[in-house]
Amino acid sequence: MTATDVPTPSVMGDPDEGGRFGRFGGRYVPETLVPACAELEDAFREAWSDPEFIKEFNDLLRDYAGRPSPVTECHNLSAELGFRVLLKREDLNHTGSHKINNVLGQALLAKRMGKTRLVAETGAGQHGVATATAAALLGMECIVFMGEVDIKRQALNVFRMRLLGSEVRPALSGSRTLKDAVNEAMRYWVAAVESTYYCLGSVMGPHPYPWMVREFHRVIGNEAREQCAELLGPESNDGVPDVVVACVGGGSNAIGIFSGFADTNAELVGAEPSGGAAVGRQVPGVVHGSMSYLMQDEFGQVQEAHSVSAGLDYPGVGPEHAHLAEIGRARYEPVTDTEVIEAFQLMSRTEGIIPALEPAHGLAWMVKAKDELAGKVVLLNMSGRGDKDVAQVQAILDGDAEALETMRS
Amino acid sequence: MTATPTPATWTPGPLEAALRAKRDEGRKLLCPYVMGGYPIDDWPRLIEGFASVGADALEIGIPFSDPVMDGPTVQEASTLALDNGTDPTTVLAGVATTEPGIPLVAMTYYNICFHMGHERFASSLKQAGISGAILPDLPLEEVDDWARVADAEGIETVMLAAPTAPDERLPRIVSRSRGFVYGVGLVGITGERAELASSALEMARRLKDTTDLPVIIGIGVSSPEQAAEVAEVADGVVVASAILRRMLEGGSPEDAIEFVGQLRAALDSV
Repeated sequence: MTATDVPTPSVMGDPDEGGRFGRFGGRYVPETLVPACAELEDAFREAWSDPEFIKEFNDLLRDYAGRPSPVTECHNLSAELGFRVLLKREDLNHTGSHKINNVLGQALLAKRMGKTRLVAETGAGQHGVATATAAALLGMECIVFMGEVDIKRQALNVFRMRLLGSEVRPALSGSRTLKDAVNEAMRYWVAAVESTYYCLGSVMGPHPYPWMVREFHRVIGNEAREQCAELLGPESNDGVPDVVVACVGGGSNAIGIFSGFADTNAELVGAEPSGGAAVGRQVPGVVHGSMSYLMQDEFGQVQEAHSVSAGLDYPGVGPEHAHLAEIGRARYEPVTDTEVIEAFQLMSRTEGIIPALEPAHGLAWMVKAKDELAGKVVLLNMSGRGDKDVAQVQAILDGDAEALETMRS
Repeated sequence: MTATPTPATWTPGPLEAALRAKRDEGRKLLCPYVMGGYPIDDWPRLIEGFASVGADALEIGIPFSDPVMDGPTVQEASTLALDNGTDPTTVLAGVATTEPGIPLVAMTYYNICFHMGHERFASSLKQAGISGAILPDLPLEEVDDWARVADAEGIETVMLAAPTAPDERLPRIVSRSRGFVYGVGLVGITGERAELASSALEMARRLKDTTDLPVIIGIGVSSPEQAAEVAEVADGVVVASAILRRMLEGGSPEDAIEFVGQLRAALDSV
């Protein structure tokens, strides 16, 4: 076979047989979990080609999660920034973020596989709440691991999970944030792999998770593509926004919206917290089951991310993002906590929409890049609503010392 | 899915040769664990100490920030080591000062190896006098790139086999494994258990039916009695948490060495 015989995979197509997007991805798990990952891959492939499963999933997205989520044009913000701002309103989904798409898909799959218990990790609590919700709906047991630091930062979400009938277990090791919650969830899964389904919350982890989670979030991009076409009309770049922006921690909401525009000329921009900018640092590494970009020290010890947003407080990033960065299809820009807090207020004040701190990262980049964006159409994935963050932001704005400690500027 | 099979010209490295020779004499193999960097300052003398009371090989842990296969005991020891400034180079330098007279096997997570670079990691192990490597998050499907380099450098990569593996997988694991095959004694992470899991014996039986390589069982082997029980079927045992816990609870390195001596005596009674 010569180089020219190698088919060019389409951007954001399926990963290769080993679960790789370019050189990133793979399945770096303890031997105990290898058969479970393979079983999951087979089950997902089978379900994802079964019209009945897809119908069941789509019905839940519509009737339970409230999809499709609208695209909102932000006239006030557009006037203030000098470019046209559109929001994909994932904040209006049931449970308040995009996370519900993935968990409904995975919980249906878990049930189909005959598993009775879900285990999940959570950072800000959004994925934990979403998983607890799906477990309640489908009558499954649910255990959510959450870093002890995050449990304090997001007390309301902890209560929500418990109210929904889930058990919340603190991750007490390491930085006691999302990375450690993933470690604990994986350890739990290693020990309970036969009965338990690991409902991973982002486009990370061992194959098939990065691919499967993307497929469950593809609905964001598919809907947005159609909605933008209708809103913008064919005369405006064929109905495609010039720039599509999303925040990136693990990167699930970004992958979801990017997937709808990968084959267009839209520029794809991921906003990373400056204290957790795995793509920005461009050092490859392996943790939590896949090869990707990873914040690490000179010896390969994983570093602790720092972000005001618990949901982005993660030192790695989904492998497909590393690939999109490497091939130049998407770019990744850092924003500081201070810029995020300003964007959080700006969105609230101008549009009457209180964003979660995570999508406020996307807006923070847009504010910074407003000269570059002048006159363009920019679609931001409003991945979650800000109710969970209001108390924290209030404390920060009041100059509360402990709250300020969560910031890095 | 193309794990490199054992080449026809393969000759066992020093780890496998030493373990086979002892096993073939009827000795049960004891492979205790030393965490590089824990206890601070004392850990290198555990290497010679464990060897002096009858260890046949040693696992040398290079601590990693995110050890997903490890339970609370190994996590605590590795955190203490890292907090004391331990890194792969200090561990290898410490190992190089010892002369245990038995083969050593590095045990760490793949990112430590990947970040250093396969060639450099392999040659660093060799320079430190280490003959093998165990990378528990580098399964058969991902091991080839490293294993090619390790084979060329003469570092024996020990593969893990777990109770969850279907029968068809075991021959592929053992044919890729060098030195010995590490049978995972239970479905779970490292740590002591009150009783030996029945899966440990089952794992040992399945592996013994599959290969002539030394079969060593670890994870959940917590006491001399349990070591003896599993060695009725397996060729030997790895013990880690039970050793570390004694020191984490305030025991001295001598206490740990004495415990390893007890493990030896139990294995000799099999």
